[in-house]
Amino acid sequence: MTSQAPGLWPPSGPEIVFLLLGAVAVGSALLVVTTRQLVHAALWLVVCFGALAGGYLVLTAEFVAWVQVLIYVGAVVVLLLFGIMLTRAPIGPSAGLDSGNRWAAALVAVATAAVLVTVVITGFRSAYAPLQPGQGAAEPLGASVFRTWVLPFEALSVLLLAALIGAIVLSRTDIRGRE
Amino acid sequence: MHVVYPVVISALLFSIGVYGVLARRNAILVLMSVELMLNAVNLNLVAFDVWLRDRLHGGQVLTLFVIVIAAAELGLGLAIVLAVFRTRRTVDVDRLRALAEVVRAPGSGRLDGEDAL
Repeated sequence: MTSQAPGLWPPSGPEIVFLLLGAVAVGSALLVVTTRQLVHAALWLVVCFGALAGGYLVLTAEFVAWVQVLIYVGAVVVLLLFGIMLTRAPIGPSAGLDSGNRWAAALVAVATAAVLVTVVITGFRSAYAPLQPGQGAAEPLGASVFRTWVLPFEALSVLLLAALIGAIVLSRTDIRGRE
Repeated sequence: MHVVYPVVISALLFSIGVYGVLARRNAILVLMSVELMLNAVNLNLVAFDVWLRDRLHGGQVLTLFVIVIAAAELGLGLAIVLAVFRTRRTVDVDRLRALAEVVRAPGSGRLDGEDAL
């Protein structure tokens, strides 16, 4: 697994691509949590998810990458935009999107980042994963979903149905609770 | 691919999501930050699956499951946010402080949290 791993410097070609995509993802995530316009936050979320999908492609997880594009970029962001518009959010910059405790929040976030980054760098400094194309293609992934993981898969479909019914019940106004 | 790179990027994304959840006031922005944190977890799962060369592809399959659960969570979360918006006319999580409906006492007492409604 970690035999004759090349050094951390210089990074290889896929690593450079992955680092660039990661920089795009982290930068747009920062813009998501700091921008003053609600709609722009949703659009920066698209950039962040797209860059992450590219990162999955570099990591040879093709199927996960396309699912990410379909579900996150396609469905989740559209859902969020619907939510923004249905709550009558103002188009354009709006004040008061950040709460008063943002400095405490920044402190907590920087502390979390410091702890996590230190721990993972100490833990995985020498770990090296050689990339093999085709490991995460649709065929091996589908085989393992429908052979090994078929029970959690079916449970998840029931969960999705429950979430669907719950969302319908919550958002319809003519369904009342028992008095 | 060194495992350090994806893992560090996912740690940074996770802390950005933590900042967003704690610092934002709009409930929809809080949901977006939750999605950022879930994506950080997904990146971790994919990286470790590639590193450990799991024959059953546990990491990537769990990533797909997390994506499904995130979609379900977001649908329910947005339905709750819309229900709150219908009754309170705001989605500002700092101003949603009431934990119960105000029951006016038979006397004349104003209950705590009534001004927040």
